[in-house]
Amino acid sequence: MLSRWLAPLSSRKPITRSFIMVTLQQLKTLLAISHSEEIMRRYFVVNGFDGALAILGLMMGFYVSEQVELAVVITSCLATALALGMSGISSAYISEAAERRRALMKLEEAMVTSLDESHHARAAMLIPWLVALVNGMAPLIFALIIISPLWMARSGLVLPVDALPMAMGVAISIIFLLGAFLGRVGGTFWLWSGLRSIAVALLTVGLIYLIG
Amino acid sequence: MSRVQRVILDVLKPHQPNVLDFARAIAAIGDDYRVDVRVIEVDENTETLQVEIEGSDIDFEAVNVAISENGASLHSIDVVSVASTTE
Repeated sequence: MLSRWLAPLSSRKPITRSFIMVTLQQLKTLLAISHSEEIMRRYFVVNGFDGALAILGLMMGFYVSEQVELAVVITSCLATALALGMSGISSAYISEAAERRRALMKLEEAMVTSLDESHHARAAMLIPWLVALVNGMAPLIFALIIISPLWMARSGLVLPVDALPMAMGVAISIIFLLGAFLGRVGGTFWLWSGLRSIAVALLTVGLIYLIG
Repeated sequence: MSRVQRVILDVLKPHQPNVLDFARAIAAIGDDYRVDVRVIEVDENTETLQVEIEGSDIDFEAVNVAISENGASLHSIDVVSVASTTE
């Protein structure tokens, strides 16, 4: 029986098999031991803010340029959203995977044993993908919400205001909500935090207006 | 036939999961397990524990898997109580 406990590494199940068998309960455990929820929340807000502000800036650029086809605006915003999403996924995965591998190796050194069969190894494989997805999907989803008035206008729906200013309003609203959320997370007054975010957005819009 | 009813183990584990979650993970294996964990030593990355498990029929293999899954390693079995049965 003792020999089974001390089974050589070569006889152990490959990590990939364990990785596939991760259940929802195990996922909770992995998030807990890796403290990933805070990281994902931070990435969600930071990259979501980046995405919303980038699309707002792009739309402001089109707004001051005037006479730009709605189709061109939509395609440009979509392309930017996709690029932000891909950039978010790839950059977060590369950096998180490297950090997790390093942490796992350090822990294995301290434990003087392989942790291949442990939640720590599963977390080192799975968490970078989760973090990368959150990091990439946040700007993409926010961008898609922001440009939804443009789609509506293009499909013939009558909007109460012009599509571009309306989309910019949606962007500013999302930026406010992200700021307010950050304020609540940080324990500060949510309204003040939200208004501060709007100030950044309006400053950006103002600078683009001056350039245009 | 015999049943393992009590074991005391010397275990080394990382700081995460914490001792409470670690004890819960082991206790969850059986219906009537009582798990007492005593932290013997703490260093920068690891903790040395004395884990005492009591139950009517301890599944030691499952306990060992739970220990490994939580990133810990079993250093030694310090105490064992085994009862024989007439089944």
